[in-house]
Amino acid sequence: MCLAVPGKVVSIDDSADPLTGLIDFGGVQKQACLSYVPDVRVGEYVIVHVGFALQRLDEESALASLRLFEELGLLEEEFGDAWEQASRDAGVAAVTEEPRESEAR
Amino acid sequence: MKYIDEFNDPELARRLLDEIHADATRPWALMEVCGGQTHSIIRHGIDQLLPEHVELIHGPGCPVCVTPLDVIDQALEIASRPGVIFCSFGDMLRVPGTDRDLFRVKGEGGDVRVVYSPLDALELARRNPDREVVFFAIGFETTAPANAMAVHQARRLGLTNFSLLVSHVRVPPAIEAIMTAPSCRVQGFLAAGHVCSVMGMAEYPALAERFRVPLVVTGFEPLDILEGIRRAVRQLERGEHRVENAYARAVREDGNPAAVRMIEEVFEVTDRNWRGIGPIPQSGWQLNEAFRAYDAVHRFDVTGIRTEEPAECRAGEVLQGLIKPTECAAFGTTCTPRTPLGATMVSSEGACAAYYLYRRMNAPAAHATGAAREEMNPVA
Repeated sequence: MCLAVPGKVVSIDDSADPLTGLIDFGGVQKQACLSYVPDVRVGEYVIVHVGFALQRLDEESALASLRLFEELGLLEEEFGDAWEQASRDAGVAAVTEEPRESEAR
Repeated sequence: MKYIDEFNDPELARRLLDEIHADATRPWALMEVCGGQTHSIIRHGIDQLLPEHVELIHGPGCPVCVTPLDVIDQALEIASRPGVIFCSFGDMLRVPGTDRDLFRVKGEGGDVRVVYSPLDALELARRNPDREVVFFAIGFETTAPANAMAVHQARRLGLTNFSLLVSHVRVPPAIEAIMTAPSCRVQGFLAAGHVCSVMGMAEYPALAERFRVPLVVTGFEPLDILEGIRRAVRQLERGEHRVENAYARAVREDGNPAAVRMIEEVFEVTDRNWRGIGPIPQSGWQLNEAFRAYDAVHRFDVTGIRTEEPAECRAGEVLQGLIKPTECAAFGTTCTPRTPLGATMVSSEGACAAYYLYRRMNAPAAHATGAAREEMNPVA
């Protein structure tokens, strides 16, 4: 959970309160709160932690990080199914699924 | 040097390592504070690429690991109550409480949900006005702006069925506690990059000066870590003790002022217990007076829960850098990711889990991973 993942701002919803944008993390897209980087623009890169953009990042280092995260399976860990992972770790059959709340939004 | 090819720039990695080897003329012990850094170090075998006399001591910067047992038991108690939707980050599901974990509470009928963001929990509260929605607000400074925003929004929207079970911790008081412990061997720190992305670096010069230790703000990728080590070793060899920023692409001197303002609006500094370590003065945040109505501990009256750690678990010594995970008799025997005694064996940022995944039975890391992954989902 302490992972902060770089992503590209795809769109910004100025009417949302708090300010929200759609972020692309190497193919996985998620909404994130942009309140802490209010002057960010579409096309720029930000570091996102638990759904909040915390800082801007330059494109070159963002893309390098994303490549590495992808290779190490970190994107799967961050955005994958936590119940499935916990079931595997516990050595039991998968727990009945609830939709991921972030996806239900 | 067999792992070096996995670095995203092997040439640069080799150059940094050559410099570290050339610079380090004496034994040095550095602590990486953050569990994400620990995982990266073990995953890439960075500790094994360093000169033998440069030791990395793994620090307590894993929020899942240091959340105290009595708070875990409070979470389990609240999550078991009818009418409650208990929301948590995924990595808390299997952290052992006294006799079970959140994963088991769900199996027993508790409504436990995994959320990606605390704002997802807030949305659940909005859509389920007849239920009490509780969010397990753990984490270091990196996570605090998100959790602060959630409760701030709850008040703004007038949501009265939303609360936080808060167990927030702060890095600088932990550094102070580590440096004042009688058994301390740490001579320099790799400070946690994303903590500083939020907080900036203002709290660190006083610590560097008081304890005469270099503090190098460091990122999480293998090359970042090598650069952090290179700078810390160079300072130590020169007899310096300064704060340096080796992660400037994501850390500004003043951090993120808007995020810090939100933290200060919602939280106040408090003493906190750290699992396995004990109380550290001023080392946490709690909801301040204005937001206390959103404190789940009071709303659900679970203040009376007191607990004791299993004696067999030495996670506290691991978290303080006093022993390596493999020095614990329970490691890999009675304590595994499937049957964890302590949180350090569960979390993707826990040192015990990292050693189990990559260093079990002293197998070469690159070969150990395949076997370990069949039992434990890859975490780094």
